[in-house]
Amino acid sequence: MTTVDSGRTESAVTPITPIAPVEQINLIIDGFEVTVPKGTLVIRAAEQLGIQIPRFCDHPLLAPVGACRQCLVDIEINGRAFPKPQASCTIPVENGMIVKTQLTSEVAQKAQEGVMELLLVNHPLDCPVCDKGGECPLQNQAMSTGQSESRFEGTKRKFEKPVNISSQVLLDRERCILCARCTRFSEEIAGDAFISLNERGALQQVGIYEKDPFESYFSGNTVQICPVGALTGSAYRFRSRPFDLVSTPSVCEHCASGCSLRTDVRRNKTLRRLAGDDSNVNEEWNCDKGRWAFQYTMAKDRIANPLIRENGQLREASWPEALAAAAAGLKDKRTGVLVGGRSTVEDAYGYAKFARVALNTNDIDFRSRPHSQEETDFLAAHVVGSKVNYQDIDTADHVVLVGFEPEEESPIIFLRIRKQVQKRALEVTAVTPYLSRGFKKLNAKAVLTTPGQEATALNGLSLTSKSIIISGERLAELAGGLSAVVKLANKSGAKIAWVPRRAGERGAIEVGAIGNLLPGGRPVSDATARVDLAAAWGVDSLPAEIGKNADQILAAANAGQLEALVIGGVDPFDMQQPPVNALEKTFIVSLEMRPSAITEFADVIFPIAAVTEKSGSFMSWAGTSRSFEKAAPDAEHRSDAYVLSILSDAMGTPINLTGSKAAAKEIAAVGSWDGARATFTATQAKNLHEGVILATWRHLLDNGSLQANEPNLAGTARKNLARVSAKFANELGVKNGDLVTVSTDRGSLALPIEVSEILDGVIWLPRNGVGAESLRILGALNGDGVRVRKGI
Amino acid sequence: MSKLTPVLSAHWDDKDSFTIAGYSRHGGYSSFKKALAMEPDAVIQIVKDSGLRGRGGAGFPTGTKWGFIPQGDNREHYFVVNADESEPGTCKDTPLLMANPHVLIEGIIIGSYAVRANHAFIYIRGEVSHVVRRLLQAIEDAYKAGFLGKNILGTGFNLELTLHIGAGAYICGEETALLDSLEGFRGQPRLRPPFPAIAGLYARPTVVNNVESVASVPAIIEKGAEWFSSMGSEKSKGFTLYSLSGHVKNPGQFEAPLGITLRELIDLAGGIRNGNKLKFWTPGGSSTPILTSEHLDIPLDYESVDAAGSMLGTKALQIFDETTCILRAVLRWTEFYKHESCGKCTPCREGTWWLVQMLGNLENGVGTEEDLAKLLDICENIGGRSFCALADGAIAPIISSLKYFRDDYLAHFKNGGCPIDPVASTLFVSAKVGA
Repeated sequence: MTTVDSGRTESAVTPITPIAPVEQINLIIDGFEVTVPKGTLVIRAAEQLGIQIPRFCDHPLLAPVGACRQCLVDIEINGRAFPKPQASCTIPVENGMIVKTQLTSEVAQKAQEGVMELLLVNHPLDCPVCDKGGECPLQNQAMSTGQSESRFEGTKRKFEKPVNISSQVLLDRERCILCARCTRFSEEIAGDAFISLNERGALQQVGIYEKDPFESYFSGNTVQICPVGALTGSAYRFRSRPFDLVSTPSVCEHCASGCSLRTDVRRNKTLRRLAGDDSNVNEEWNCDKGRWAFQYTMAKDRIANPLIRENGQLREASWPEALAAAAAGLKDKRTGVLVGGRSTVEDAYGYAKFARVALNTNDIDFRSRPHSQEETDFLAAHVVGSKVNYQDIDTADHVVLVGFEPEEESPIIFLRIRKQVQKRALEVTAVTPYLSRGFKKLNAKAVLTTPGQEATALNGLSLTSKSIIISGERLAELAGGLSAVVKLANKSGAKIAWVPRRAGERGAIEVGAIGNLLPGGRPVSDATARVDLAAAWGVDSLPAEIGKNADQILAAANAGQLEALVIGGVDPFDMQQPPVNALEKTFIVSLEMRPSAITEFADVIFPIAAVTEKSGSFMSWAGTSRSFEKAAPDAEHRSDAYVLSILSDAMGTPINLTGSKAAAKEIAAVGSWDGARATFTATQAKNLHEGVILATWRHLLDNGSLQANEPNLAGTARKNLARVSAKFANELGVKNGDLVTVSTDRGSLALPIEVSEILDGVIWLPRNGVGAESLRILGALNGDGVRVRKGI
Repeated sequence: MSKLTPVLSAHWDDKDSFTIAGYSRHGGYSSFKKALAMEPDAVIQIVKDSGLRGRGGAGFPTGTKWGFIPQGDNREHYFVVNADESEPGTCKDTPLLMANPHVLIEGIIIGSYAVRANHAFIYIRGEVSHVVRRLLQAIEDAYKAGFLGKNILGTGFNLELTLHIGAGAYICGEETALLDSLEGFRGQPRLRPPFPAIAGLYARPTVVNNVESVASVPAIIEKGAEWFSSMGSEKSKGFTLYSLSGHVKNPGQFEAPLGITLRELIDLAGGIRNGNKLKFWTPGGSSTPILTSEHLDIPLDYESVDAAGSMLGTKALQIFDETTCILRAVLRWTEFYKHESCGKCTPCREGTWWLVQMLGNLENGVGTEEDLAKLLDICENIGGRSFCALADGAIAPIISSLKYFRDDYLAHFKNGGCPIDPVASTLFVSAKVGA
């Protein structure tokens, strides 16, 4: 088992919960004394001594069940022996307990061997073709605890194999040993009881309800914790043997949760990703997007060599030629920089330094999405340098979610909140126009709020200093929302957490990929901060004018005030107004992995590395650095920071970043700003639009570019539905499944409706569903007015 | 007939024994009034003093079980009656409820009052639809009479009674599986602790009692603990229903003090059919190790049957004469357990699957003495290793039959199949002979 070392930063080693004095219990296992906290199960007390009791159904993050009976041991307490061997995974330790495992008790040994033999009665001998072969707990423990010859001469049960329980998970019922880890995970952890055990006796089997496939965002975890090859992932099935894989601890690039992952590569190809083990962040879980959305890194249309545009056509060019062309194109041009939100911390730092040193401008923004001046100020005043983390959720008395649907927008935050809701009925309030299934699974109290009126809803809440207000990036679309968050936090002492959707956004703020901040949270407006950084960088001075935000950069490009753009990892359709004119008018240097809407306009294109092909780090929503190593050893692509560095060399204004490692070192050396932070000026809410108000956010699985080429994953995406209240549906004369057309001056989109718990007069649409890209089609944001009519 | 002590069965031959009028005519529905006038703890004390032990098989003292329910905890308590009688051979609760459902209802009122439960449930085996109908009518009549519902007879005691009809799983007779099933889940046994007395139905303190145990309570309240404990043996007090089935002339229910012997009971039942000889018998259903004619004189109480290497269980005495092939009987029982294994734990689920195949081979004469050793070894790996007692019951007939009738197994190998004509053991043969 590979574990991922996350202890690289100070906050990452914070214990999960403040350590309260716990009663310690002394017991003896196989003749060795051991002291463990009260409540510890015997099986885990034995682990403390390095004694491995075989087990299948036991999982440290699931409630004990005692079903497989593999972990039987002999136990006596204060001289009184249990008459029968006991399941060590269900029995908590007690003072005076004497445990004899298979190592010292013949009864325990025979019991374990007997159970192992019985487990194999109905298990097929198809290890040579089984995905799990080589990393299979059943295989391993059959070696340690079983007999080499089977005494079973009868008929094994037969099932059709395998069956799809979703497009991405396959079930082989013959291999299943019915430990119920998968069903328990789905019910206890994910809250998605879409699979259950059906039938009885040896014909018991995992099953789904015919009309309800296993469409959980967390279904991949069941594949990972399956102790046999019963659950396999469609994408990995028959692709590799575990001993042919090279595993590298990694970090997920899909959202801001900051999950530890393990990337398994064979001959430079990523074949699978697994959830890493990090109790401070994702425990042992991850979401299906993090697990299965990696085919984009191996897309056939990856840009392999630099491209330059000649007579309107792109052609391949050598690196020196392309660098010269880009340097010439940018020379003496007023240039803006758009970073996107997917860069690693090191790459974002490269863009930030490149803008200031090579382009002498603060016109840089990582927000290729709807944003606002209110948000810019909020990030500088309340986000940069802040640390609110998962452990704060563990100890919070109340979590308020505003502009944020955690299951869709940061699934590991969702799991963490849900764990506390299950464990201690943590109070959750959702300020939202639509009470989604995710909110319901958190047992959230809904304050149903028309988009744009969040301030009113937040003003009505009363919190304490142990509360957390988690706001999503969508709140920037709703004027006054972030101001109300700040007001509520000031009033109550509650902590503010801000959760962007993309993995790179938080890091981009910290390293100054935004117009009002320099690396380390130094305010551009603060002359001392500029001097401090200029000294660190060895340059004479840094530009003093506050930079434009992304919308302003594109407007300036369109107006001819900016003549060139350096763009990395931006999808222009993520913005409210796709900046086609601005792109046509300017000289564009693009750093990209694959052809995109930007490369269509670009004059010089540099290929760059995917996350699996470089080292680096992401900063999670919690402000925690999550670093990772290169997983594909022979990859030739280079990081954005390196490409920008050699471009800066060609321009004669070197930024001296020879790669991610050098950038990381420099970020640490430059350090954080300990001077005053920017102050925040509140913004007033706007008046409501006329007509039907739009509410919208992204589903976890949608038309995002990093989910490309993975149809199995896409098969479990939520259906694209327009959500309206029963009253509104009635007024429209539609019922569930009927089509409605939503339109704006830009376009119209027809979707089937589903009556939901949503405010009257509000319609909810998926922002970027496949075929339902409402932002791209309608150009409408949260709180905007739209027109709705029945039919197409 | 002096040995019999009809209490529960005293009026079963009245034509209207199952009606509220029939029950009341013989003093029915007077005990609970007496109980409701007492302190609940006093009621528990009487049941404790009587020495009444659970009639569902395990023989746990009923009053002690009631005493486990925490008091003054400001939580709902539940009183649940296990009427999911499904053990092969066990057939006492069904006739009892058929003949007199009201005695159970009265017992439920007393028990619920004692443990401060305001909602009681009867979990009944779904297959016995005729009993279900009578019980439903009886509950309705008890409500009409004001014995159930709000403020019963002005005492301020409230009790709702719900009849739940099982969907046909033997495992739901296991009390925690029963509770899961009652809550609407698949019936599979729960991890203990917590025990039902602390967190049972809907995670609230819950008593789960067998029908016969609860039905015995009204008489104890009426006639006193001493009256009850004057019957029976030293540690097994009172009267009980012995169910004789199989190769006896007059099978049926025999209500007698604990400690009566099988010899006496067979006499009462008119002897073995056709004057045949007793070959083997179960003291308490198929889950209890079989006994033979050597054991005719052991007192049928908890301790003595234990000492003989078996269990009193449900006192379901299945009688088999010498026309029966032991292997055939054991295989049929094992098939039952394989069919009814819930699948939760490995030893029971996989073990019963395997045992049926092994016994099938042995019955067909395919096997050697080594296979018998293997059979025993596998039974050892199942017994005491499983999640609940179902698997212990499954291996009981195999181990005990090998103990007493090993030669019969071997005869199958020599003969290349069963040496006994299976038809000879059937009921239609005895019917013919009898005619």
